[in-house]
Amino acid sequence: MNPRILASTTERVLGQLRHDKRTLALIVIVPALLLTLIYYVFDDNALIFNHVGLIMLGIFPFVLMFLITSIAMLRERTTGTLERLLTTPLAKLDLLFGYAFAFGLVAAVQAVVLTAVAYWAFNLSIAGSVWLVVLIAVADAILGMAIGLFASAFARTEFQAVQFMPAVVFPQLFLCGLFAPRAEMVGVLYGISKVLPMTYAVQALEEIGRHPAATAIMWRDLGIIVGAAVVALALAAATLRRRTD
Amino acid sequence: MDVAIAVDDLVVKRGGRLVLAGVTAHLPAGSITGLVGPSGSGKTTLMRAIVGVQKIESGTVTVLGKPAGHPVLRRTVGYLTQAPSVYSDLTVRENARYFASLYPGMTKADVDKAIADVGLADAADQLVGTLSGGQRSRASLACTLLGEPRLLVLDEPTVGQDPVLREELWQRFGELAANGTTIVVSSHVMDEAGRCQRLVMIRDGAIIADDTPAAVRVATGTDDLEAAFLTLIRDPSRAGGSPGIRDTSRAPTPRAVDDRRDATEGTVA
Repeated sequence: MNPRILASTTERVLGQLRHDKRTLALIVIVPALLLTLIYYVFDDNALIFNHVGLIMLGIFPFVLMFLITSIAMLRERTTGTLERLLTTPLAKLDLLFGYAFAFGLVAAVQAVVLTAVAYWAFNLSIAGSVWLVVLIAVADAILGMAIGLFASAFARTEFQAVQFMPAVVFPQLFLCGLFAPRAEMVGVLYGISKVLPMTYAVQALEEIGRHPAATAIMWRDLGIIVGAAVVALALAAATLRRRTD
Repeated sequence: MDVAIAVDDLVVKRGGRLVLAGVTAHLPAGSITGLVGPSGSGKTTLMRAIVGVQKIESGTVTVLGKPAGHPVLRRTVGYLTQAPSVYSDLTVRENARYFASLYPGMTKADVDKAIADVGLADAADQLVGTLSGGQRSRASLACTLLGEPRLLVLDEPTVGQDPVLREELWQRFGELAANGTTIVVSSHVMDEAGRCQRLVMIRDGAIIADDTPAAVRVATGTDDLEAAFLTLIRDPSRAGGSPGIRDTSRAPTPRAVDDRRDATEGTVA
């Protein structure tokens, strides 16, 4: 890796987003609007909103970043810019971390806005620090991004790429404890839920919701999320081939 | 002669089809070599193999003394793909600045010069997505010229450009070659082929002629390269009369200036 190339790649990805104001607006506004919708769905039940709303703070960034990065990377492949980049001194990790930093920054803005809306507009009550919620949300966004970069290697077209979203995201959504408590799942499902990274994002958020101070479980969960993101990035790097057919 | 590119017995298959069937060619340093041949003949595949992005079946490709695709070469080889590969959601300048940043020591002045060289100075701050097709290819070319490459592999760099721009681009290529840059250019336009010091003609994945434009004209008995090309494509045995044909180790003598004058005379308008 080369700091100059990494910095310019980050700047380049941010530059592309800067020219695409509508995408930027969608990234920041859509999750907040969806949270508003959920708030009114559970209008008369603050208890449920406290649970579901909190979990959503981890899910929205994951899903959105997964989608955006898998399309962005697919575009690099289909427009030939990826092939060109790989003939230059750029290292694969310069490219992947360039995306990670650029989208990580956008994810941080998204997480702050989303958490602020939940906290101040809808009085989401959590025992722990709101900044820990933001931290988990950003880590989760980076995880979604890393998995998106990896998944894009298996898509030839945009049609295929968007369908990786339900394929990769929905099982995690069903098993993370949002719909049914994981403890009540049959053995096999519980076992599967233990290897899906989103499970730990949800668990970490629930820990912050219940405990005034950061717990050891929360830190461990954060470690698992970051570790899964690193593994996904490494796999994504392995799928970038300088020599193709 | 100082060999910049040595291709030996190169065999490439794509999608089960034999695209290059044992190609051998040695290209001298600091020269402009034109790669011509019908669509689908294997020009792009040969260029990809030289750049080192093409999986090969057998044979060797040595570029500036290193195997093609060697990490050291990434700093010295510039590759222009046939389809423009630039970011359409960035301006010309932003694209050029980004690709310049991948090489050490590139300055703002280098970026401006590359943009001016391809005649896009006035459109520098326009989004690439809003440019015409020809302008877009030139934006892509500007990004390839950055980083002071010692070898330029250009896949149809002048397609869709008007005659004035083509003239300017070829002048620029000539300057680069005069300064020691080796250039490989593929083209469909035969009056451009005449500007090369050397012509490599490919048909069905095999080299059917490898010589100076002048020698190709002599071998085919025509002053017109377009006609020479058609003759060779239809009847490769005609190439037998040319001294350099199939003798790929022989370097053409540097008669670039003369050749270029000949070419202009023998050009299809």
